[in-house]
Amino acid sequence: MIKQTTYLSHSYGKPNSWTLSAYESAGGYRGVRKALSMTREAVVEEAKKAHVRGRGGAGFDCGTKWSFMPKESKKPHYLVVNADEGEPGTFKDRSIMEMNPHALIEGCIIGSYAINAHACYIYVRDELHLSKERLWGAIKEAKAKGYLGKNPFGKEYEVEVYVHTGAGAYICGEETALLNSLEGRRGEPRLKPPFPAQYGAFGCPSTVNNVETLAIMPTAFEMGADEFSKLSELHSFNDGGARLFGVSGHVKKPGIYEACVGLTLRELIYDLGGGVLEGRAILGVVPGGSSCPVHLPDEVPTLPADPKWDPYRGKSILDIPLGVDTFRNAGSMLGTCCAMVMSDAVDPVLALHNVMRFYRHESCGQCTPCREGCGWIERILNKIVAGKGSIAELDEIHEIANNITGNTICAFGDGAAQPALAFVRRYRKHFEDYIVSGGKSQTRRLTL
Amino acid sequence: MAFALSAEAEQKLNDILSRYPNKMAACIPVLHLCQEANDNWVSDDVIEFVAQRLELGSAHVKGVVTFYTLFNQKRPGKHQLWVCHTLSCALRGGEDILHHCEKRLGVHAGGTSKDGKVTLRTAECLAACGTAPVIQVDKKYYENLSIAEVDRIIDTLVKDG
Repeated sequence: MIKQTTYLSHSYGKPNSWTLSAYESAGGYRGVRKALSMTREAVVEEAKKAHVRGRGGAGFDCGTKWSFMPKESKKPHYLVVNADEGEPGTFKDRSIMEMNPHALIEGCIIGSYAINAHACYIYVRDELHLSKERLWGAIKEAKAKGYLGKNPFGKEYEVEVYVHTGAGAYICGEETALLNSLEGRRGEPRLKPPFPAQYGAFGCPSTVNNVETLAIMPTAFEMGADEFSKLSELHSFNDGGARLFGVSGHVKKPGIYEACVGLTLRELIYDLGGGVLEGRAILGVVPGGSSCPVHLPDEVPTLPADPKWDPYRGKSILDIPLGVDTFRNAGSMLGTCCAMVMSDAVDPVLALHNVMRFYRHESCGQCTPCREGCGWIERILNKIVAGKGSIAELDEIHEIANNITGNTICAFGDGAAQPALAFVRRYRKHFEDYIVSGGKSQTRRLTL
Repeated sequence: MAFALSAEAEQKLNDILSRYPNKMAACIPVLHLCQEANDNWVSDDVIEFVAQRLELGSAHVKGVVTFYTLFNQKRPGKHQLWVCHTLSCALRGGEDILHHCEKRLGVHAGGTSKDGKVTLRTAECLAACGTAPVIQVDKKYYENLSIAEVDRIIDTLVKDG
């Protein structure tokens, strides 16, 4: 169901929306005052009630993550913000940092207090120069007002926020790679356990949160967490509130749309996104960043037998509400909730080739199955695209992808294998025709 | 010739150091600072300088430099132009823009135009999928592009003495 909201996006497109005065006149910095008047334990409990599922892709409950931080510890604690947005198809965090940076700063103060941290690092990918500039500007303004520093809002609780920058590596969006990069090392993921809550940044207990996860927290606190969670159609699935939805590719009105959780892909594509360009049919939709499997428009997923899934049984994947658990149980992945739409003008062979080039380029090279596997799949696709592939090699893609899955330190491997498997399974006929005709049967490309 | 920073940049370096609990954490921001002061590339002298200032092994700093794509190990042209060609941009014509830039500048992606003004690169997802296709020139994004607009952007880069 479409219930559009403007908690984060109210300022988008307005002049000087990134300034403190604009943010405060729109009601900013109220949630943090409420949070700082509570005890730390109460803040974590309240955050749990908001059921804010991590907006970076994994969908882990934010309040629960905060509760994992040690109660007593002699080491300093750190809050680290993952602003290394780079998942293909995803562009929501950048909009927050550019248009509404104070929402993130306010969320950082709440988060730091909740996990007993006095320093917060926002890890922004280097390419986002405007985001960094706006965040530093927001930090400066907040410091001048006394919102950051020794006594935010009169509370004896020091909070400092810093912007840290990467240098062009998708893998640094993985939380332990991000921590290594923050520490000044190569951005290679770490083995877990120990988890960041025990041994994170600089060997100290740390929490890594996504930009949007923190930026929506002030709204949850101001409104009351329970009420905020109930905005969502999936409140009973512990998937609460409102979030940013993105849509890109072959739609008439690509962009960011904010709405209550419960929106479906069909609503996102046709009602908010204006439908497919030239009125074409959909070839496939990737629900939330390229690591998610691609889906056919008429695909009806098999849901578990539990009666709680009955309302969605027999429905097309396009008509199931976009939620962490709904999509996971439908055999998909919600990811970042930024969908990519491919019209029927697209050749799926070329689309997968594009996606696998990305993963080959971005694999950090630490684990053999991923380093070799991504390159291997890309080389097979190079051959197929050039009209020199064989059906046996197509089958090999399955084997290689299955050998990557579950055999790597971090989730990048699965994220690379998943699209390969999904594309080859769902468009097998396209792939076979392409191979048999040496690419000559194919008139489609990637663009319209 | 040994690399050194200007007084102003030295002040920035000290600001960076003050943000972290140890010196190693400043490695990436300091490398960016030095790269900018060294015609946008990280030479062996820069690596030595950073290693000394941050009390790190030069092998560690070199390891960091070689891991991240935005540290240039060779001197680039005066301007750097990245064309995003990941899926959302490719669906909207990113590859066509890339080919057009290659023709206009007379180089393949990765190369620098003969006059030394523009280094052409490909980018993997610049987080601007809703406004695809997109290119980045130095620190600025250009979104919702057509070939004609790309031509105008390249014109200004080539004219820039």
